[in-house]
Amino acid sequence: MSHPEPHIRVEDLTMAYGSYVLQRDLTFTVNRADIFIIMGGSGCGKSTLLRHLVGLKEPARGRVSYGQTDFWAAPAQERDRIMRRIGILYQSGALWSSMTLAENIALPLREYTRLGAGEIQDIVELKLALVGLAGFGDYYPSGISGGMKKRAGLARAMALDPEILFFDEPSAGLDPVSARQLDDLILELRDSLGSTIVIVTHELASIFAIGSNSVFLDPDTKTMIAGGNPRQLLQETRDPKVRTFLTRGEQ
Amino acid sequence: MREHAADKTSRTPCNRVQVLRQGDTACLRLAGDWSIQRDSADADAALQALRAGSARAVVFEASELTGWDSSLITFLLKTLAQCRERGLSVDTAGLPQGVQRLLGLATAIPERSGARKTLKREPFLSSVGSQTLALLDAGRDMLTFLGEVTVALGRLATGRARFPKAEFFAILKTCGSEALPIVSLISLLVGLILAFVGAVQLSMFGAQIFVASLVAIAMVRVMGAIMTGIIMAGRTGAAFAAEIGTMQVNEEIDALQTMGVSPMEFLVLPRMLALVIMMPLLCVYADLMGILGGFIVGVGMLDLTVTEYYQETVRSISLTNLWIGLFHGAVFGVIVALAGCMRGMQCGRSASAVGTATTSAVVTSIISIVIATAIITIVCNVLGI
Repeated sequence: MSHPEPHIRVEDLTMAYGSYVLQRDLTFTVNRADIFIIMGGSGCGKSTLLRHLVGLKEPARGRVSYGQTDFWAAPAQERDRIMRRIGILYQSGALWSSMTLAENIALPLREYTRLGAGEIQDIVELKLALVGLAGFGDYYPSGISGGMKKRAGLARAMALDPEILFFDEPSAGLDPVSARQLDDLILELRDSLGSTIVIVTHELASIFAIGSNSVFLDPDTKTMIAGGNPRQLLQETRDPKVRTFLTRGEQ
Repeated sequence: MREHAADKTSRTPCNRVQVLRQGDTACLRLAGDWSIQRDSADADAALQALRAGSARAVVFEASELTGWDSSLITFLLKTLAQCRERGLSVDTAGLPQGVQRLLGLATAIPERSGARKTLKREPFLSSVGSQTLALLDAGRDMLTFLGEVTVALGRLATGRARFPKAEFFAILKTCGSEALPIVSLISLLVGLILAFVGAVQLSMFGAQIFVASLVAIAMVRVMGAIMTGIIMAGRTGAAFAAEIGTMQVNEEIDALQTMGVSPMEFLVLPRMLALVIMMPLLCVYADLMGILGGFIVGVGMLDLTVTEYYQETVRSISLTNLWIGLFHGAVFGVIVALAGCMRGMQCGRSASAVGTATTSAVVTSIISIVIATAIITIVCNVLGI
């Protein structure tokens, strides 16, 4: 990682619902193979920022670029192409409830590859095995636990071997051990597949364990007030808000 | 349990607060058991007494306090707020430790300015204006949705759309064969009712035989379609809205979009096509059932013979009537499917939003069905068919 190569660039981004501005003037870069953390207190717009990054919500102002391409200025086909290269794990898993886990994972493969049914089946089994759910392919999302749904959601997000994986609160609702296992899995994915990873979280343990870069959103000033490697940030920051957050208010 | 009930009904408060004056200092003496289950008759009176007095400082005395919960805390918070307003100094040292800590916790973080929602009373004209604008917005949303569906249909027609075949057949089944029992029941009864109503009038002229043509024409031309449309609005349109709305709540629609799968092609198109195919078929079936209902009345009560009734029915139904009925059915199919899917897609992200979406899908469908019927009837009239 001697030459960090920018993967996602956000410039002067303003996020708003109607006339209500959530965050303004956000500028940061996510480098290739980063594990990039979006953090901040509850209600500061972390998940909304994620929705902007993955193309679900158009910015009120500013740019989100993937590589050299300005996402919102690009034609629809180009946007589709970019979105196909990203995978997202939603907070609740967001598995399609009318399909089995295997069908959930197979859907993007059927849509975007020319693989035959047998090959798709093999890939589905591989992805399920990677997240520790081998043999659960025929279960419906309603029949498995919350932690399993999350892992199945991750298997689906990985279906097309995406370059960028987004995680919305991956450890929310997981017990500490499962949360830790998920963190390990994320690190493993980054190392073995070279994926860029963007995580929305306020789980301090995960932030310090895996984060390599970050942005801190503040709901009061409605903008980002810190960024960088979370461990360095903890050492160096002078901002009382960031300090309070990173130390759980103990210092 | 019994004691508890007695407590609730007794009007004598068990908790007491008295305001005692000691020079410049007002002492609030708290006594008894403060519980949210009991009346607190003199709390307001104490606040009033405090307001009326000219004390400079307030202290508390709680040696006779036997029990307390949130009711005491809220009372104390009100007292503290009043003291702050009037610039009185307050010493809470006389209160139990737990109470002091809770008071500290409740006042530690000041209210975030602008966090509380303010209820603004809008002037009449302004509210008329904003509601009109909201109506325009709703209309624009509806047109946008129609446009998106049309684009998706265009893509399907040119073979570029992703069409989930398996799901399509499943929907075909739920909105087709599984609707047969209720459609049978309702249209049979509607046929019966039509026959009865007609029989009362027609038998006055000895023209019972025309009950057959009355039932046949009414059912085939419009009633069969309307009844099926309304049944399907309540049955299938509501199901579409609830299903898609719940997917919206679970972020499943987001997941589709970010996978690059258009929800229009994947969710809306199969539902709409299934209903457009099934509605006319259900209509024909409803027509038959309605005619059977009329037949039961005609043969059973009006002493018509089976052959008479049959021949009169066949004579009165023209192919035009059948086509008009089928056209109604197809239009209602589009309406019910569009209303259901649109309200589902517009659904907010909470459980109550799903309920609202479902209700609004049924209401939209039924209103649109009635309006569409009126328009088709007028057009047919003008065209003379």
